[in-house]
Amino acid sequence: MAANPMSQFDVYRIGPEIKVGAFDISFTNASLFMIISTVSILLVFNLGSKRNSVLPNKMQLLAELSYTFVAKMISDTAGSKAKPYFAFIFSLFMFVLFCNMFGMIPYTFTVTSHIIVTFILASFIFIGVTIIGFIKHGFGYLKLFVPSGVPAVLLPLIVVIEIISYLSRPISLSVRLFANMMAGHTMMKVFGGFVISLGLVGGWLPLSFSVALTGLEILVAFLQAYVFAILTCIYLNDALNLHH
Amino acid sequence: MIKKIYFQSIFFSFLFFKEAFAAESGGMPQLNPEFWISQIFWLILTFGIMYFILSKFILPKISNNLESRKSQILENIEAAEKQREDSETKLKEYDEILLKSKMEAKSIFNQAREKALKDIGSKKEVLDRQIDAEIIKAEKEIKELRVKAPDKINKIAIETSSELLEKLIGSEINSSSISAIVNDLSKRNGDKYYGN
Repeated sequence: MAANPMSQFDVYRIGPEIKVGAFDISFTNASLFMIISTVSILLVFNLGSKRNSVLPNKMQLLAELSYTFVAKMISDTAGSKAKPYFAFIFSLFMFVLFCNMFGMIPYTFTVTSHIIVTFILASFIFIGVTIIGFIKHGFGYLKLFVPSGVPAVLLPLIVVIEIISYLSRPISLSVRLFANMMAGHTMMKVFGGFVISLGLVGGWLPLSFSVALTGLEILVAFLQAYVFAILTCIYLNDALNLHH
Repeated sequence: MIKKIYFQSIFFSFLFFKEAFAAESGGMPQLNPEFWISQIFWLILTFGIMYFILSKFILPKISNNLESRKSQILENIEAAEKQREDSETKLKEYDEILLKSKMEAKSIFNQAREKALKDIGSKKEVLDRQIDAEIIKAEKEIKELRVKAPDKINKIAIETSSELLEKLIGSEINSSSISAIVNDLSKRNGDKYYGN
């Protein structure tokens, strides 16, 4: 049902059903938009890095500005030790950004509006950061849960809170992105539906609201990608430079 | 304010849609696990390939481009600095040459002036000498004339006085006595007129 604001999030199979063992890995519209996003990223940055002129053209400027933007973000939040993880954070930021932005085109599918996608990304980050932390600091990484300058009486409570907050990182990270995307797109659809149902007389108000929402959603799309990447940097910073 | 309205409406829309469409389509499609495995598989596949290509091929190229541009700009700045220094030394040299040539011109001018002055001096001397000689000669002539003049005047006086006397008296008078008288007079008055 097209009028259902949630139907835009439906995943459906494109082509035949592919099964590997018990797992269904069929090609879906989600897969299609993942591929579109990644191919666009590769295309944009391939074009942007092809020619090296001292005076960059538009594509090169775009690629280089993105590069320096992400590099600055990483060095500001996680320091110089995070340099080996630059490529991953860059890919992550670009993937989320492009998926969010492609979702803003009408009749497209927003990959990042699915909790499973954001959760897999977030848990991958969580597990990776935890492994990096233990490799860098050994069991000293557990000091992360014991902040310095806390009275001994409060320490058990603080440690429990710290552990809970650490373990909830993947959930908060994934739910933040997923909920923002889903809420925004649902809102747009709802107001779009209002335009139709109120008709030529009353439809102008929701239409103008819808226009304003589109601008806001584009901002949110960028902002959430940025937040996703910067939180990854902050987690990485905890793992690389243990402060306590 | 707008933000508040925005989030409130999101909240209410959730409440609304959960109730309205829960029965119809089984709630949020996101919570339907039918395609979870497929999504995970495709996410890992696409993201993995993208990460691989970006990290292995594209990002090193971009960083390389940035580095090379940076180094090129630095080199250009260095070259510009060098050229500036060069031009400064050249300017200094030019100034020195200008100063030197000015001094030279001054000295040449001074020399020329001195020489001209010397020439003028020597020529003046020669001229002065000539003038002096002429003056001396003229003075000599004047002196001679002056010496001769009283005699001539005396002679004329004697002649005229003898003639006058002849006409007055009617007879000739001894010219020697007249000349004696004239000479005596001229000697007395000559001091008054000639100053010697």
